Amino acid sequence: MTGPLIQISALEKTFVRRSVLHSLDVEIADSDRIALIGSNGAGKTTLIRCLLGHYRHKGDILLDGEKVSTHNRGMLESIAFVPQLPPPLKMPVTDLIHFSCQSGKAEKEKIWDIADQLGLELDLLLAIPFNRLSGGQKQKLLIAIALARPAKLFIFDEPSANLDPAARAAFLDLLAQHKDRAMVIASHRLEEIASLVNRVIEMDQGKIVLDDRISDRLKEGDRRLCTLRVAESSAALTKTLSDWTFSQDETGTAFHGHVAGGDMIRFLSTLSRYGGLLSDIRFENLGEDEISSHTD
Amino acid sequence: MSGKARSGLILSAGLDLKEAMRSRWFHIYSLVFTGLMVLLISMGITESRVLGFTGLSRLLVTFIQLTMAILPLFVLVTTVRSLVGDREAGTLEYLLSFPIKLSDWYWGKLLGRLFVVVVPIGIALVIAAAFSLIKGHALPYLEIAYYSGLVVSLALCFLGFAFFLSSIAKSTEFALGLSLLIWLLLVAFLDLILIGVLIRENFDPDFVLAIALANPLQTFRTAAMILFDPQLVLLGPAAFLILDNFGSQGYVFWALAYPSGLGLVFAALGFWRMRSGDLV
Repeated sequence: MTGPLIQISALEKTFVRRSVLHSLDVEIADSDRIALIGSNGAGKTTLIRCLLGHYRHKGDILLDGEKVSTHNRGMLESIAFVPQLPPPLKMPVTDLIHFSCQSGKAEKEKIWDIADQLGLELDLLLAIPFNRLSGGQKQKLLIAIALARPAKLFIFDEPSANLDPAARAAFLDLLAQHKDRAMVIASHRLEEIASLVNRVIEMDQGKIVLDDRISDRLKEGDRRLCTLRVAESSAALTKTLSDWTFSQDETGTAFHGHVAGGDMIRFLSTLSRYGGLLSDIRFENLGEDEISSHTD
Repeated sequence: MSGKARSGLILSAGLDLKEAMRSRWFHIYSLVFTGLMVLLISMGITESRVLGFTGLSRLLVTFIQLTMAILPLFVLVTTVRSLVGDREAGTLEYLLSFPIKLSDWYWGKLLGRLFVVVVPIGIALVIAAAFSLIKGHALPYLEIAYYSGLVVSLALCFLGFAFFLSSIAKSTEFALGLSLLIWLLLVAFLDLILIGVLIRENFDPDFVLAIALANPLQTFRTAAMILFDPQLVLLGPAAFLILDNFGSQGYVFWALAYPSGLGLVFAALGFWRMRSGDLV
């Protein structure tokens, strides 16, 4: 295939005279792993619902070059979706798994395998109604079902909101294992998913205000030497930077350390919490060869 | 129908069927109908006689009248929340993200719900038939088949209304309010006194008849009567209009076909409304 997996042209959505999406043009390639970011009301969920065919809209959505209509089966066979809030389904877990296998062609063994990796003991939950599970259990099951489907594009809407730290780490590992497929991950925590994505789309008031391909400038193997200064010392910042293996000078206001290309967004997002303290920040590109001499 | 399409329809019907069977309303609904039948039997109604009817026929006359009072309201109140409730809760968003045809999902849901609504009444009829056999009464197969057909027709009619209302309503409360309003309207025009007033006020008799025939509740009621009262003596002057225009057999056919057709038309309108608008 030469063209994009999904092509969105002049997409507009209006609710009772209130425009929510303004003429969006986006292409999603089958190698894209997109972080879809933006504040509440930016239009992320509306865009996702248009992709899923849940909303009538103006403009075109093309799948593999073919225009698709609302609730198009071909489109939905290509997409596996995890909603932001787990739906209050009353059916037992076993029925939900059966439904996803029958309608979404999810592989049963794979659901078990992924659930296991996320720390979910499915055998104990099969007879329990889905809405009686804990928030984390629901989210894990929906993730397992989505990842077990033979989809070309995964759409996750705030996927790790209900997960405990261990499950979140396992989930991110699972996503890393599926890098061969396109992903759209809507999240408020860019730093968390930064290492997984190769493209960031930021939305604001129904428009795309940033569409940045990370791999264009930073390769995962690239390393950068970072030097930063703070106006006054901060125990919290010192602790955070020590987690990134940064060293601190004797004044306590200057730090040095290496940041991998793939971790750049995560690092900057983490740092943004201390923006008020920063007085200077510099990056020096070391390339892949120099890193070994610096670390020796 | 292709195998794939059939499996989508059956999958959706099965989901709704299981969902309904787990819900409390279904347990109460089943209990009401089977309990009612047991109550009627224990009251010795099969031994009484009205207009020459006794045994199971007599029991059915009473049971069918009670069905008309209970079934429409139960169907409306429990079903009207279905689509709009799923939409509000986010269930629809998730389930419709799977590649299941919208038509399979919608009509499968209706099929499942029809089964759920009809089965408890079927069980009640089986209880009655079993009791009748034990007591040595003859089984009136034709009447049982006819009443069963009327029940399916009435259920389909109100399911159609409920699916339509549920697909156009923006909230569960609104859908419930609207369904009760429609039920009240139909009950109001069920009242033969009201129809009598219309005749007294010199309304065109054809117009009055049209109101009576357009009301599926009245159609059901008249059709239930016609089997044990073929001349519709109980109905008064309206009977002449009905029998002159339809004849006894014609009205039986009308009573089976019209509510079913009306329900299917409303269900189709609901589906069209869903397909032509936002799904969630």
